[in-house]
Amino acid sequence: MNKSSLDPVSVRAHDLRVTRGRVQVLKGLDFTVRRGGVTGLLGPSGCGKTTLMRAIAGIQARATGTLEVLGRPAGSPALRPLIGYVTQAPSVYLDLTVRQNLEYYAAVLGVPRADPAMGAPPWGHLPAARLGAVSRGRVDAALADVDLTSHAGALAADLSGGQRSRASLAVALLGSPELLVLDEPTVGLDPVLRRGLWELFHRLAGQHGVTLLISSHVMDEADRCERLLLMRAGRLLADGTPAELRRRTGADTVEEAFLRLVDDADDADDAGDADDSAARAGESV
Amino acid sequence: MNAVLSPARSLATARRVLRQLAHDPRTLALLLLVPVGLLVLLYYVFDADRTSFDAIGSSLLGIFPMVTMFLVTSIATLRERTSGTLERLMTMPLGKADLVAGYALAFGAFAVLQATLATGVALWLLGLDIAGSPWLLLLVALLNALLGTALGLFVSAFAASEFQAVQFMPAVIFPQLLLCGLFAPRDSMQPVLEAVSHVLPMSYSVDGMTQVLRHQDITGDYVRDVVVVAGSALAVLALGAATLRRRTD
Ligand SMILES: Nc1ncnc2c1ncn2[C@@H]1O[C@H](COP(=O)(O)OP(=O)(O)OP(=O)(O)O)[C@@H](O)[C@H]1O
Ligand SMILES: [Mg+2]
Repeated sequence: MNKSSLDPVSVRAHDLRVTRGRVQVLKGLDFTVRRGGVTGLLGPSGCGKTTLMRAIAGIQARATGTLEVLGRPAGSPALRPLIGYVTQAPSVYLDLTVRQNLEYYAAVLGVPRADPAMGAPPWGHLPAARLGAVSRGRVDAALADVDLTSHAGALAADLSGGQRSRASLAVALLGSPELLVLDEPTVGLDPVLRRGLWELFHRLAGQHGVTLLISSHVMDEADRCERLLLMRAGRLLADGTPAELRRRTGADTVEEAFLRLVDDADDADDAGDADDSAARAGESV
Repeated sequence: MNAVLSPARSLATARRVLRQLAHDPRTLALLLLVPVGLLVLLYYVFDADRTSFDAIGSSLLGIFPMVTMFLVTSIATLRERTSGTLERLMTMPLGKADLVAGYALAFGAFAVLQATLATGVALWLLGLDIAGSPWLLLLVALLNALLGTALGLFVSAFAASEFQAVQFMPAVIFPQLLLCGLFAPRDSMQPVLEAVSHVLPMSYSVDGMTQVLRHQDITGDYVRDVVVVAGSALAVLALGAATLRRRTD
């Protein structure tokens, strides 16, 4: 057992700041992501979710402060085999078939190409896959997990948007990551598929001890997470279990809780801005 | 830069690049047939002057692989940068050297095919008359392809779009074409240009082809040419690897 598997925290950020272009996109984040389980990263479009995930994956330039991932500074080479990062836009080769994509990424990750002994990943398959034909190798298993077995031979360019993002997700299931960072993995998928994927995410977390950090702006997915990080405009708005957040705000749903927190934050901002705008109004009149 | 090269990951990358190419039969056909077509064209352009056909034809056999591989590689790596696949690879245990080596292997292998076909047609169908061995021509052609791949990789770092990438071709390749000795002997050029031509790798590839055209045996100049072209290709490949950034804005 390595050090990281004993640490109760997978990601630890302190005063994390990121500048992109001329704008400070992350304005001093402090949070931890617990080891194991599914943590949701929620916030409006443009608030910095992708930027934060890129920082955790170690590919975001101009990040300051502390960001520790699995006990090491983010971006350490030793972390590369341990993190699976799924980008928001599907990152697969459009001029390869789904299977060829997975075979390439599997080779990069050092996963043996076809090992019957590894027919199923340690966490088992989606129910649909278990019923299907006997699958061989991690590639087949990953295809089954995202329900793309029937499209394995199709060019990625010929897939629908949702199919393509599932192909991109399948890549992250190939290796044996300790941390999965998934940027809006369920956007544009139908409810049945979404339920299947959330079951898979929980199985990864529960049976295999994988930590999942999943971003979304679909609030009804928040209740599927064990813990939530709510972001707004580059800052952390709140952090806790869905139940805690509802209780703290007196709201019935996480969506409502989020909206109340946003309104409170807006009010606080407005109070700060009021003097400025009064001064500006005075000038212009 | 990641100094360790993983043969398995480099080979997997080469295989992936070739598979991508295989899904694009039109590009494949163009890459293989355009050089042959141009040689045939040249043959009839110099209908009454076979010596010129020999001289220019043998030089072109070296220039084709460099130009085509330059274009193909710069577009391919630009796509890799813009499609998010490079971003994703950079989160994985893939060394930058693995990626660069993969591209070089794939396009190098493809260039062997392209150059073999073009050289075969030139020598046996069009009667291109060389004193030396066709293998020596092929070696220079292969090294030129690697140089083209290396330059393509390198410039793609400075291109934000396909439009820009294509414009690098006249910017990077044409000056070398003008100065390589194909249009005018290098020692007859304005002295500054002549000096410049001494540091441009294409001058050495064209000279290498000319050595094979004129001499039956391997000459000292040929060896020097091969070393210079191979050395430039390796140096530019290393530069290309250095332009790959794991962390981006
Ligand atoms: N390459 C870039 N250069 C400059 N600014 C950028 C760049 N990428 C993103 N930004 C800015 O950073 C901010 C945060 O972007 P980010 O992609 O992290 O948001 P997000 O929370 O993931 O949004 P969404 O839910 O729409 O995906 C945005 O205001 C965006 O305009
Ligand atoms: Mg985003």
